[in-house]
Amino acid sequence: MNKTHSNRLIFGFLLILLVFMILVNISFGSVNIPLRSVVSSLFTGQGDRETWNYIILNYRLPKAITALLVGSGLSVSGLLMQTLFRNPLAGPYVLGISSGASLGVALLILGSSILGGFWSVLGNSHILTSVAASLGSFLVLTAVMLVSRQLKNTMSILIVGLMFSSLSAALISVLAYFSSAESLQRFTFWGFGSLGNLTWTELVVFGLIYVLAVISLLPGIKALNSLLLGENYAKSIGINMQRTKNLILLSTSLFTGVITAFAGPIAFIGLAAPHVTKLVLKTSDHRVVLPVAAVVGSFIMLISDTIAQLPGSEYTLPINAITTLFGAPIVIWLLVRKRRMVL
Amino acid sequence: MSTKRLSIGYASGKRKTILAENLDLCIESSAVICLLGQNGIGKSTLLRTLSKMQPPLDGDILLEGESIYSIARNELAKKIGLVLTERIPESNLTVYEMVALGRQPYTNWIGKMVEEDKELVRRALKGAQLEELADMRCDELSDGQLQRAMIFRAVAQDTKLILLDEPTAHLDIQHKIETFQLLKKLAVELGRSILISTHEVQLATQMADVLWLMNADGITSGSPEDLIDEGRINELFDRNTIHFDKETRQFRFK
Repeated sequence: MNKTHSNRLIFGFLLILLVFMILVNISFGSVNIPLRSVVSSLFTGQGDRETWNYIILNYRLPKAITALLVGSGLSVSGLLMQTLFRNPLAGPYVLGISSGASLGVALLILGSSILGGFWSVLGNSHILTSVAASLGSFLVLTAVMLVSRQLKNTMSILIVGLMFSSLSAALISVLAYFSSAESLQRFTFWGFGSLGNLTWTELVVFGLIYVLAVISLLPGIKALNSLLLGENYAKSIGINMQRTKNLILLSTSLFTGVITAFAGPIAFIGLAAPHVTKLVLKTSDHRVVLPVAAVVGSFIMLISDTIAQLPGSEYTLPINAITTLFGAPIVIWLLVRKRRMVL
Repeated sequence: MSTKRLSIGYASGKRKTILAENLDLCIESSAVICLLGQNGIGKSTLLRTLSKMQPPLDGDILLEGESIYSIARNELAKKIGLVLTERIPESNLTVYEMVALGRQPYTNWIGKMVEEDKELVRRALKGAQLEELADMRCDELSDGQLQRAMIFRAVAQDTKLILLDEPTAHLDIQHKIETFQLLKKLAVELGRSILISTHEVQLATQMADVLWLMNADGITSGSPEDLIDEGRINELFDRNTIHFDKETRQFRFK
């Protein structure tokens, strides 16, 4: 059909744009490397200069891959939340799931410093951080799901999410009050968000958990479209709601947990990217929307990161500030100009 | 479909709210059944229970001799279609995609439709007279068009039995009549059994093969003519304020 054709065209176009943006992202930074050298360095391993080669392969490329994983994962999580709760404003950040992950990390970094001695070593482990973040996001998401079962009104679900965010923030304050200055600083920097600190080994762990999240989503994909009709209709066309909810819950908390652990709590991508996608696509078929939302999320993340590097300067801005500067206006614009934020 | 000593209502903790007890109902094939009763008497609860959306308090529901509680949801979706009063959430879903969701019980793990599925969706869209609007978003349709689309989504689902909860609630009189005619046609031409909960007494008495009158004492089942002659319809509402006029087949003030 004509429409699927045009959607394929959009997808192809976005993919090309994404590849270009990856190259641009790698090329800009404290040292600007010409695009031509980036390409030759990536594909032949022989850059024009040895230092550039080193920067690209050990710093810029892992960062770009991180941006891809973070952007696509958050965008997909946001889309899943919006569909599951049938609320266009839902997303990992809004529903308090990122805060849950923060709480998990705070408990680890700050808590281990409070306990001191042997325990303080635990706070330095990236793997443990990601486990703590995943557990935190899983707990909050489960809590939001349990409470939302009692609520018919989708607006109240957002308020519940906000309350869980506040609760997490309050608990983090309490922890912060008792912990050492050094660990507090570490936690604060983690909270700014950062894509650039991952080694290749950490990236492999990140990638594996990401793949796990994708795999756990696969059996639930078919059910997503039926959820657009509401839970009762979904059941009437043969969807096992409990299984579907569990799958989405698992997938989202894996995505959000691992992303928050490795890159910090990154705001607004999960809300803005799916809506930009829906604006472009004019369909709600998840088999189309999911992959495109992943590409759009990656794209926005790469742009945000490129800006955050302040090309040519020594400084790097907190990535979280940039995504919010990007995301918040998009959401306001969608609401005011288009008057449409839909599932 | 038939029910055996079915009790419907709500159970929360130890408290049970029983809406109807010991129901022994039967739905014949290709019959149009209209369920009439006051607001809050339990019509929607009955439909929800019959479609396995809500557990019964007691008793069993049999479909072709098999309890619906031993049938997996996906298999049940090939036997019972459902049209509800609730509005669907606002989304980019197109009319075609929405009707196509009716094929969901038959498609593979990712929901890919084969030629047979596509043909049934095409026929459903034709039946709903929405072929031209297939690529429009569902929320761009009028209430009447949307209701037709929802009904034909259930038709595309290809079930012997279709349950409809107040399908004419948001419609004007023209569309109400058209909807009832449409449902009657589905029963006659496609052999579907149709159970409609409705407040349209006049239309129900004209169109239905069987009426189920639901009041606090339970459900009385019978043909419209018999129930009117026996004055049973009068028992639906408060007899001190309104009565059923047999000539016009409508309720009137006393």
